[in-house]
Amino acid sequence: MATDQSYLDLLSYGDKGWGDELVRGALVTVEVAVCAYAVGIVFGLIGAGAKLSGGRARYVAADLYTTIVRSVPELLLIIYIFYRGPAAIRGLASLLGIQAQIDIDPFVAAVAALGFIEGAYTTEVFRGAIQAVPKGQMEAARAFGMGWWLRTKRVLLPQMLRFAIPGLGNIWLNTTKDAALVSVVSLSELMNAGKQAAGGTKMYFFFYGIVALCYLVITVASQVGVAQLDRWANRGVRRA
Amino acid sequence: MSQSLIDFLLGLWPKLLQGAWMSILLLIVSGVIGNILAVPVALARVSRNPLLWIPSYLFILLMRGTPLLVQIYILYYGLGAILGQMPAVRSSFLWPYLREAFWYAALALSVNTAGYSGFILRGAILAVPHGEVEAGRAFGMSKWQILRRVILPRAIRISLPTFSGETILLLKATSLASTVTVTELMRVTGEAYAESFRFDECYISAAIIYIVLSFILTRGFYFAERQLNKDRLPPKSSTAAAAAAPAK
Repeated sequence: MATDQSYLDLLSYGDKGWGDELVRGALVTVEVAVCAYAVGIVFGLIGAGAKLSGGRARYVAADLYTTIVRSVPELLLIIYIFYRGPAAIRGLASLLGIQAQIDIDPFVAAVAALGFIEGAYTTEVFRGAIQAVPKGQMEAARAFGMGWWLRTKRVLLPQMLRFAIPGLGNIWLNTTKDAALVSVVSLSELMNAGKQAAGGTKMYFFFYGIVALCYLVITVASQVGVAQLDRWANRGVRRA
Repeated sequence: MSQSLIDFLLGLWPKLLQGAWMSILLLIVSGVIGNILAVPVALARVSRNPLLWIPSYLFILLMRGTPLLVQIYILYYGLGAILGQMPAVRSSFLWPYLREAFWYAALALSVNTAGYSGFILRGAILAVPHGEVEAGRAFGMSKWQILRRVILPRAIRISLPTFSGETILLLKATSLASTVTVTELMRVTGEAYAESFRFDECYISAAIIYIVLSFILTRGFYFAERQLNKDRLPPKSSTAAAAAAPAK
């Protein structure tokens, strides 16, 4: 027990304190969350596209993806993808005749797992946002002779963004919190740094409290950012 | 490894179902306690008294702003260690319960649910049409009566669709109890894997159980919603309505 040590010492940098470990862990958490979020947006765009394209097989595949991912615990999916993903990629590579030694970094595996999960939620947000844009507007753009990309860029994207931002903001907050689950696959992020500090000093309340505070700071800062983005995306829209 | 797949699964599933039962128990206990606690949290949140809404605001922020895993650790390791050091607690009749990880996990899930559901219920309370509250007042109902007869029943109906999603999230959240040694589905799955090294069989089986449970919950809420919101459903078919009309 470190009763003679002051709390500030416990959070100092160097071998005595745990400040540097916690800060490094927090940075890893943010990195994991940012990368997984980006991966999730890619999955979300593909998923929403598949659901709205009109193809039956594509719809079923995307629907299976969102249904399964949203009803199985994140913890299970992270463990499954983290341990199974690399083997699956190696199997795929050998099937394609690639004989290279493939090593998958735990960080990359964690990001892939988390991104895959968040992508299912992002799919639904994008789908809803695209459907919220009145169909007639895309038709009008077509009547003006705009091509697919021009229509998407000028009409669909700016308007769907307005509907998507609240949902995307929620997913971002969930991603930062779900990033804590990555601690079970022993990536040294914030949660694991806190676990080590708490276990090493037996000061569970204090260190887990600090960890909670770190997440709270990330959340509150994100909420402020999302509110700003929301205002920007709604520029030019008259309020009731 | 010599065991055939069928034999292995026949041995595995009874264990997993036992774990799933523990998950369901955790879901029910924390769902019931958490959602009951959500009512005062929501009421405090919509109050104009700063002594009520500020604590409620901070509570909701804390529950929604930090990962559930951290909350479970704080309660299980933090609170558990403190309670364990108190001789009065150790000798009390509650100690056998306070020693068990299940109750810490249930407590963490309950307060977490209270935060999330409280936030939802707050939105629903604000969505109750003001005219209905006024109507209640016009009938001479007291504040408490209006709350019990008008505001809460309406708010619960309004929030029911969100609520169904929230319960699925709670089911998934029970899997985090595995990290503090509660032998629910996720824990049992991990143990079965450690014994057999059959990764796919164990984890895909568990995933199937979770999917089935989610499906049952979704359907259950769908029916509850139809029952409670009967007045707002469209008539079953226009011909049936037309046939019934002249009979009156």
